[in-house]
Amino acid sequence: VTSPNQELIARIAAQGRPVRRLGSPGLRAIGWLALVAVLGCAVVMRWADLADFVRRTGGLLQACAWLMAIATGVSGVIAASYVSFPDRSRRWAWLPLPFLVLWLALSGIGCVGLPIGPDAHSGSCVKFILMTGSPITAFLMWRLWRAHPIDAGLTGLLAALGAAGLSAALLQFFHPFAITALDLALHLAAAAILMGAGLLLGRLAKGRLATV
Amino acid sequence: LTGAGTSAAAEARDKAWGALMKAAQDGDTRAYEAVLSACEPFIRAVAGRRCRDRALLEDVVQETLLTVHRVRMTYDPRRSFQAWLSAIADRRAIDALRKRGRIALRETHDEEAFETFADPAAKDLDEPDAGLVIAALMEGLPERQREALELVKVKEMSLKEAAQASGQTPGALKVNVHRAIKALRARLTGGGS
Repeated sequence: VTSPNQELIARIAAQGRPVRRLGSPGLRAIGWLALVAVLGCAVVMRWADLADFVRRTGGLLQACAWLMAIATGVSGVIAASYVSFPDRSRRWAWLPLPFLVLWLALSGIGCVGLPIGPDAHSGSCVKFILMTGSPITAFLMWRLWRAHPIDAGLTGLLAALGAAGLSAALLQFFHPFAITALDLALHLAAAAILMGAGLLLGRLAKGRLATV
Repeated sequence: LTGAGTSAAAEARDKAWGALMKAAQDGDTRAYEAVLSACEPFIRAVAGRRCRDRALLEDVVQETLLTVHRVRMTYDPRRSFQAWLSAIADRRAIDALRKRGRIALRETHDEEAFETFADPAAKDLDEPDAGLVIAALMEGLPERQREALELVKVKEMSLKEAAQASGQTPGALKVNVHRAIKALRARLTGGGS
């Protein structure tokens, strides 16, 4: 029996040029994270006041909050890479959640006893996260879209979450004061803007896939 | 024994399809056509678990075949081909159902869209002899109005085309169509002579 889609299949097969198989999602994510880490280190070595950073994150709580921001960023990128492959579990999307919760909880505890704000630096934090997070998100989405993710919105969202976590961690090198409640709220707002943009871009990019 | 046999057959089929897809990734178009043809019923079966509508199911099968082509570089020959393929087919079925749901929310069913008159009595014109009644009423219209109505409303010409055919100006056509409809409405509702 001839399939009703035989003509379509023949047309697709005729365009079956050789393709380079993508590496494993984990290795791909590690490669991107390594590149972001190298660039981040270069920025820190060039412009950050390391002595001040060590003084401010010297406490256990602050150090743990900073590490959780990094863990959120790293796990977000890894999750985005796994979710971009069709046969990998969607449950990878939950990977950043515990780190995100811990990061927010520890940062929130760190705000206790400090003035709520606002201060003169609050706006610059938002700008910093958006200005560093946007190129990281764009870079990640450019790499992720080689896999033409079938769950494009979720992939974009996770990539932006990863970028927001990494940007927030980098921000600590340039944040010459303790984080107040308002700072934290603004950091979250900047992260939410990035994630919203990632979700939207992902969905928009979904409709732009090549057709046969 | 039967279960074990079925499982072994499925595993052998998975390996065979995986090998064909690996060859397709390397540029073997015959292997590509073979694997797409062979797995089409499998795609239909996977998508059919979510889609009951036959037309929608066919759309999902085609969309899945196109997606397989786009994402074929993500298949890892060390992993199960059927798991990879069924994830794509399942996702495409979900997308299709969501899309249909969104369309259903903003579109009106045709039967309601065909409603033309608020007055139920006016819908009696849908009776088979309605056309004859209208034609008879049109005969009683002044020549220029009847001609304008025929060209613009019955033959659905543009004003420009109707103007060329009748020699009336577009402005005169508009006025005559308006007057003709008004006169017909008055006669249908018993207000006319």
